[in-house]
Amino acid sequence: MDGDRRHLLLWFFAAATAVKLLLIPSYRSTDFEVHRNWLAITHSLPLSEWYFDETSQWTLDYPPFFAYFERFLSFFARLLDPKIVDLHKGLDYSADSVVYFQRITVIFSDLSLLLGVYRLTRKVETLKRNLICVLVVWSPGLLMVDHVHFQYNGFLLGWLLLSVSFLQDGRDLIGGFLFAVVLCFKHLFAVAAPVYFVYLLRHYCWAGLATGLRRLVALGSVVVAVFAAAFGPFIYNGQIQQVISRMFPFGRGLCHAYWAPNFWVFYIILDKGLAFTLRKLGFDVQVPSASFTGGLVGDSSPFAVLPQITPLTTFVMVLLAITPCLIKAWKKPQPGLVGRWIAYAYTCGFLFGWHVHEKASLHFTIPLAIEYPIKVLLLLLHSMVMWLGFTALYSDEKALKEKEGGESKSKFEIGCIEKGYLIGLVLVEIVSQFLHPYFLGDRYAFMPLMLISTYCAVGIMYSWIWQLLKILT
Amino acid sequence: MPKKNHSGDGTAAPIDTWWWLSHKGTTTSFLCISLFALLIRSAVSMFPYSGAGTPPKFGDFEAQRHWMEITTNLPAIDWYRNGTHNDLTYWGLDYPPLTAYQSYIHGLLLRFFNPDSVSLFSSRGHESYIGKLLMRWTVLSSDALIFFPAALFFVLVYHRNRAKSQVAWHIAIILLNPCLILIDHGHFQYNCISLGLTVGAIAAVLCGSEVLTCVFFTLALSHKQMSAYFAPAFFSHLLGKCLRRKNPILSLLKLGIAVIATFVIVWWPYLHSVDDFLMVLSRLAPFERGIYEDYVANFWCTTSILIKWKKLFTTPSLKFMSLAATVLASLPSMVHQIFSPSNEGFLYGLLNSSMAFYLFSFQVHEKSILMPFLAATLLALKIPDHFNHLTYYALFSMFPLLCRDNLLLPYLTLHLLFTLIYHSQLPKTKASSFSFTNFPGYVFLLRTHFVISLVLHVVYLTIQPPQKYPFLFDALIMILCFSYFVMFAIYTNYTQWNFSSHFRSADKEKKQI
Repeated sequence: MDGDRRHLLLWFFAAATAVKLLLIPSYRSTDFEVHRNWLAITHSLPLSEWYFDETSQWTLDYPPFFAYFERFLSFFARLLDPKIVDLHKGLDYSADSVVYFQRITVIFSDLSLLLGVYRLTRKVETLKRNLICVLVVWSPGLLMVDHVHFQYNGFLLGWLLLSVSFLQDGRDLIGGFLFAVVLCFKHLFAVAAPVYFVYLLRHYCWAGLATGLRRLVALGSVVVAVFAAAFGPFIYNGQIQQVISRMFPFGRGLCHAYWAPNFWVFYIILDKGLAFTLRKLGFDVQVPSASFTGGLVGDSSPFAVLPQITPLTTFVMVLLAITPCLIKAWKKPQPGLVGRWIAYAYTCGFLFGWHVHEKASLHFTIPLAIEYPIKVLLLLLHSMVMWLGFTALYSDEKALKEKEGGESKSKFEIGCIEKGYLIGLVLVEIVSQFLHPYFLGDRYAFMPLMLISTYCAVGIMYSWIWQLLKILT
Repeated sequence: MPKKNHSGDGTAAPIDTWWWLSHKGTTTSFLCISLFALLIRSAVSMFPYSGAGTPPKFGDFEAQRHWMEITTNLPAIDWYRNGTHNDLTYWGLDYPPLTAYQSYIHGLLLRFFNPDSVSLFSSRGHESYIGKLLMRWTVLSSDALIFFPAALFFVLVYHRNRAKSQVAWHIAIILLNPCLILIDHGHFQYNCISLGLTVGAIAAVLCGSEVLTCVFFTLALSHKQMSAYFAPAFFSHLLGKCLRRKNPILSLLKLGIAVIATFVIVWWPYLHSVDDFLMVLSRLAPFERGIYEDYVANFWCTTSILIKWKKLFTTPSLKFMSLAATVLASLPSMVHQIFSPSNEGFLYGLLNSSMAFYLFSFQVHEKSILMPFLAATLLALKIPDHFNHLTYYALFSMFPLLCRDNLLLPYLTLHLLFTLIYHSQLPKTKASSFSFTNFPGYVFLLRTHFVISLVLHVVYLTIQPPQKYPFLFDALIMILCFSYFVMFAIYTNYTQWNFSSHFRSADKEKKQI
């Protein structure tokens, strides 16, 4: 039975790998050059200069474990083609060797995702397990971002899933250890740190004075050890200030160039709307000098009417949003629900965070580029497989319940509102991708983006509220 | 519960892990798999096409672009005629009129978005990102609009009265045809149109609508003359069916009229004079190019290592010899179908006649393996083991071509994908009385074949051939593939013959009862 399961998981992974291999020559974003530059920095320079080097504009801004990871990869890169890791000659290098090398490292590093999913679904029954496999291993978002745009998210998410799987098994120490490791790879994952902290404290360390204290010390020392391994050399060199400033560049604006579909989209639109109305009504409303995507410049606010948003504000909002989850975790820490809470924490982080990257829409200047149908097909395929899987799952359970003589649960149905929303999504895409350029050309160029961002933000808010309700009840 | 299949001998077969894919019906699973198939096609489209960046002649891509240029700028009657604007030595049209019409429609699309790519004469050798993109879109759309619906039609008809557990596997095998994807979406051709029309014709035969069959097949022939590889099978099956009717002459007449009517409609611009008609025909059969070109795994090319055909015989005599050989090779299957037509036998007949043409015909290209391979995909459920090997060797026979096109990565990936799909759900075969595996040493032979082919893959990519024999490795690949194709053809011909004895004995039993 276990062999059968491993078989299927490997099958899905292999099929996904085939698609990833075919995506090797596709569009690459600047993130490709970013990672190549990091290979060069970590290979050619001593540790003390990693966070100071400015040969290229793509400076190192991930925590040290990721830098060590790049150092590890750079060893192989140099064997393949020394020019890849050359700090100066390798700038904007785009020969076949570097493309294939980097793409294949992402494909290989996805093995950690495979491991994470495997461990997470060990105790789940067949059909559900297959569904989860498909959802994760075949996630179109991951495929587009990791294997087209270029990033290493699959690798990192694998570690996170591994950590969650250990928590669900009740093995909190290892779960905490792995989370600390993930944090030292990419600090973005720190959004779920409050949940981890509260959960581990309550579930692991709340066991009587002696055991509790012992466990607290154990957990604490493990976490400190991980951080020491990562940041130790930099603290020793007295560079920790530089490292932190690189990791948290608050010089950037509230929104990324392409607005992520989060809460702030509504805030911005409300602000613009109010400004427009108030101006019409005769009030004197200043046009803001700063922009949303630019950095914080002194005291000037990019908002015309509504109060300014600072990084601190977003931090507080995120924390507030996570609070119901923390309260639940504190009152009754259950291993089975911890995954849900962590997912919720990340949703909040996305919804209310500062300078959230959306990395979801890949805009091409050339319409009808081949990557566009690939994206659409991936999404359609994923949705179709999900729909087939879920209906199969529910009809399965219904059949089972009917056999046992119990009440049958409701079928898996997509409600009217939801169906309407999905159809609207298709319409929004058609309008912004095809109709707008055709009819309006370059005028109001921000409109399609705003439309997509707003519409998707609605959907994500809906998902957030649904998650919140699930947690509270 | 996921359905458990209990076979008769008491052991539980593995749980049907794919039932969730087909539980909503054939059409839904077809839709799902076709999304994946389109995804793979789009991804392969990103790779280079034939003749990319190689002036002055370039390759098939340039040929297709040139045809779009010619058809959008000149009147129909001039398309096949040598003239000041239409230099036939530079990729002159050598497919029948339906290809020309299709080029015209696609040419209009190209002209709308990127006029430079099809402007008369100045667009020769035109290579640009948007040009490639638009051309790839034309192949993708042709595939989606013609081949996919035809495949759905076939699958619905074929699986009408069969257990539904194997439908999804069969759909995946047909739609994820690695040879077709690599040639159409990699190398760049429009085989999907003629093959799609052929599949439509085949489905119509299985349906029993013979007039539709004739229409579709004539259209396929009018798109690419290579569809004639299937002609003996269609002809013999339909003849056999008609002879069993109450009024054979009337049935034959009906079909004949359907064929002629379709033919006249498609070829209309060229039927105003005999000269025009012959002009087109002469372009379709370029006998001056010789009996074979490059290194294709068919009889003439492989045996030319020992018998120098081109030196020993003149072209007209070689023409006659190849015609005779082809007819002889396809005769058994034709005779079988005329005397005992059946749907299953028809499918085998397609495979046998196309294989016979591939092995013995005049001027066969490596890409022509697509024809027998298509027939094999339709029959895959019946001959799964042999189909598996055929896929491997069909792809291998195109390996040198794909390497020249820089399509090595898609080649390897599609191999991987095919293996995954094939093994996702192995169809159960009834043990047949005749199987090569019963022959001693066959399995050993097959394994040795396989090992040699793996070695050849590596050798071809890494080692330089000796100066004296620059095509040594191509020749070795050709010999290996040819030997497998021959074994395969013997097996399928024998199986088809077996059919008739099975039916005849079944008929006799019925009469006795």
